[in-house]
Amino acid sequence: MTRRGVLALLVAAALLALFPLTAERFYLQLVTKIMILSIFALSLDLLVGYAGLVSLGHAAYFGVAAYALALAAPTDDPANFWLTLPIALAASALTALVIGTLVVRTTGVYFIMVTLAFAQMVYFFFHDTRIAGGSDGIYVNARPNTFVPGFDLTNDTHFYYMVLALLVGVYALLARIIRSPFGRALQGIKVNERRMRALGFATRRYKLAAFVLAGTIAGLAGYLAAAKEGYVNPELLAWHQSGSALMMLILGGMGTLVGAIAGSFAYLLLQEWFSGLTKHWQLLMGAFIIGAVLLLPQGLASLPARLARRRSVDVVEDNDD
Amino acid sequence: MEWLIQILNSVQYGLLLFLVASGLSLIFGIMGVINLAHGSFYMIGAYLGFTLAQWTGSLWIALPLGIVLAAALGLLLEWTLISKLYRRDHLYQVLLTFGLILVFEELRSVLVGDDVHGVAIPSILAASLPLTDTLSYPVYRLFISAVCLALAGLMYVVLQTTRLGANIRACASNPEMAQSLGLDIRWIHALVFAAGVALAAFAGMIAAPVSSVFPGMGNQVLIICFVVVVIGGIGSLKGALVAALLIGFVDTFGKVLFPEFAGVAVYLLMAVVLLFRPSGLFGRT
Amino acid sequence: MTEPLLVAHDLCKHFGGLVAVDQVTLDLAPGAIHAVIGPNGAGKSTLVNLLSGEIAPSSGSILLGGDDIAGLPPERIAHRGIARTFQHANIFGAFTAFENARLAAQAHAPAAGGWLRPARARTDINGTAHAALAAAGLAARADVHASALSHGERRALDIAMALATAPSILLLDEPLAGMGPEESMHTVALLKRLAVDHAILLVEHDMDAVFALADRLTVMANGKIIASGTPAAIRANAEVQEVYLGADAQPAP
Repeated sequence: MTRRGVLALLVAAALLALFPLTAERFYLQLVTKIMILSIFALSLDLLVGYAGLVSLGHAAYFGVAAYALALAAPTDDPANFWLTLPIALAASALTALVIGTLVVRTTGVYFIMVTLAFAQMVYFFFHDTRIAGGSDGIYVNARPNTFVPGFDLTNDTHFYYMVLALLVGVYALLARIIRSPFGRALQGIKVNERRMRALGFATRRYKLAAFVLAGTIAGLAGYLAAAKEGYVNPELLAWHQSGSALMMLILGGMGTLVGAIAGSFAYLLLQEWFSGLTKHWQLLMGAFIIGAVLLLPQGLASLPARLARRRSVDVVEDNDD
Repeated sequence: MEWLIQILNSVQYGLLLFLVASGLSLIFGIMGVINLAHGSFYMIGAYLGFTLAQWTGSLWIALPLGIVLAAALGLLLEWTLISKLYRRDHLYQVLLTFGLILVFEELRSVLVGDDVHGVAIPSILAASLPLTDTLSYPVYRLFISAVCLALAGLMYVVLQTTRLGANIRACASNPEMAQSLGLDIRWIHALVFAAGVALAAFAGMIAAPVSSVFPGMGNQVLIICFVVVVIGGIGSLKGALVAALLIGFVDTFGKVLFPEFAGVAVYLLMAVVLLFRPSGLFGRT
Repeated sequence: MTEPLLVAHDLCKHFGGLVAVDQVTLDLAPGAIHAVIGPNGAGKSTLVNLLSGEIAPSSGSILLGGDDIAGLPPERIAHRGIARTFQHANIFGAFTAFENARLAAQAHAPAAGGWLRPARARTDINGTAHAALAAAGLAARADVHASALSHGERRALDIAMALATAPSILLLDEPLAGMGPEESMHTVALLKRLAVDHAILLVEHDMDAVFALADRLTVMANGKIIASGTPAAIRANAEVQEVYLGADAQPAP
């Protein structure tokens, strides 16, 4: 990453860290929500932007973890954070492992379709059965307890900082993974899987590993979402969620980690704005998505480079992360 | 004898599914576009049929009118949006058509509302065919099966025996070559897309009296269509037919035998197929 | 003659009704270049794909050191010491030449699936990559993005990537295609050097190069072998002259 890029990133992190000092409760909760979905988008970015696996069913792993918290939490008391988080992550990871084993056998359009279909299966599982309240969903009546003295997740500001810390952590983790041999191999698979196999890479295993890793991180986001809202229902697993996450990546520009975060901020702020304008905000959103796909194929992250190109003759794109 | 009823139901559901899925498979096979909004066309057809039937007072007038309108919508969409997707990554196709779904759903909400509607079976077809002393089977369902079968036959005849069909198939296997031979690809694409939309809309219209008209019907049918295409193999109409019938049976008998898990049965079938034939039963690897 | 390393016996491949490879038998020995020539559509590329595992044969066997590897997937065959290049240079354009070679080296390095340490920290893998680039004559271009390399350099990179996997057998699918005379000379010299400690299968159309390099020649047409032997014998073979060499046959030097 360029020095300018690192600086920009640090500034953004600082702004996010200082935000709670000035913001009202509504905006605090909004940014918390956006950061949670940024974690979700980052996990999808690993799959789509780096491994080239366009999953249209990523919300399944988000939802499974959310439900895991809801089911593991005691009815009235706060759940044990250190117990329920690993359970939720394990649930997501296991779901991703099972579904992943089946879907990595497919490529291209088939992959898109089967990831969607299996996610729908999980959706129907929660929607049609009474295991978790069916279409009504269930409540998480209290935020989990971390047992850290002075740190209370029911306090919105404390919750905000925990989410911010986790967002930074996930970003750092993914940045490392991308630069590792495993990450390089994934990127090779995205560009040319045939060549990778000819070189000796067992590409299916790499894809499965990426799938499970992405699913687990999505589970982290789902856990946080359930903890924040206190309510879990099947719509968390709906494919609109998966589609929206893809949209965030496109907006921000895939193939960059920052793009996933920028895209989720852009998408959700846009959604806030649109829903304030009209009850039928999905119409505006749909039109916006169509427009964005047609006009901004490289996403927002490419805007600085594009604007710069207008000023200078030769531009070397830094594509390393 | 109850089994006969379930078998007939399975066949009817399967054939209807084939009608919708064939459009999806053709659009992908011939134009290389994955169209998420395909389910929306089914929904649009149903709501269109409902409103036109109310407006004109007769389902028989509503049907052809609806088909024409749906085809026109298809041509418009292809001209303005879909044609921009041909050379693009599947991801962009998914997103643009996802945007279309949102637009269609809200437009429907704005124009017609979110209510669930029943559509009356036209009186000629409202009878029941007696099967035994106590059991009878609705004529309308037989009508649906017959119509779908006829359309399937028509598709086969057009694609396999006519010049137009040969041109369409040439586009599917080798677009550059077809173009250099002087075939107007643009026109063929527009035609195929419009036909796909019309097929889905028509399916929605004739299914309406049986499955009613409700907001989520588009999404519901889309996912199942994906399963049909995955099981059958993309681009293969024969595969789509076999898969659709298979799903018809698994779903219908699943609901009868294991009602709790009926929704999951179809996906289990898909999982099994994926384990052994990742490109589908008739797909080209 | 040394013991053959790879023996393909009665290999057949049909796609539906089309027979692409028909009862092909040949062997590769270390220190020798075995060239396969023939008109377009003769089945040469299919043969390479069969030997590298991209497609499974309909019948026949491929013996590598006594084991039949026919039908194994490409990644497993790659780990048995067989590396290949592609007819259309299959490199990773967005990576530098070095990163391309490193990726290839990584495929065969122990415990290289590491998740957390950066790739550049693996000095063993880096060393292999640099050596492979140097062997292919690309040491000076290591930090250039592969998409910015010239055509000849890309073919060389393709070879470097194959070398980085430390193979004993090289399957080269038209490495000289699209090259100008100077680049061809470099590549022919490179292949001569590589032939010293590898067994090489060379599919080529460039007859000058073929006759300069080949220790053995096999001529294919319509999926079958129509002649096989030393270059001199092949050049003198009337059937081969009629089917393939025709007016392109060069007089003996």
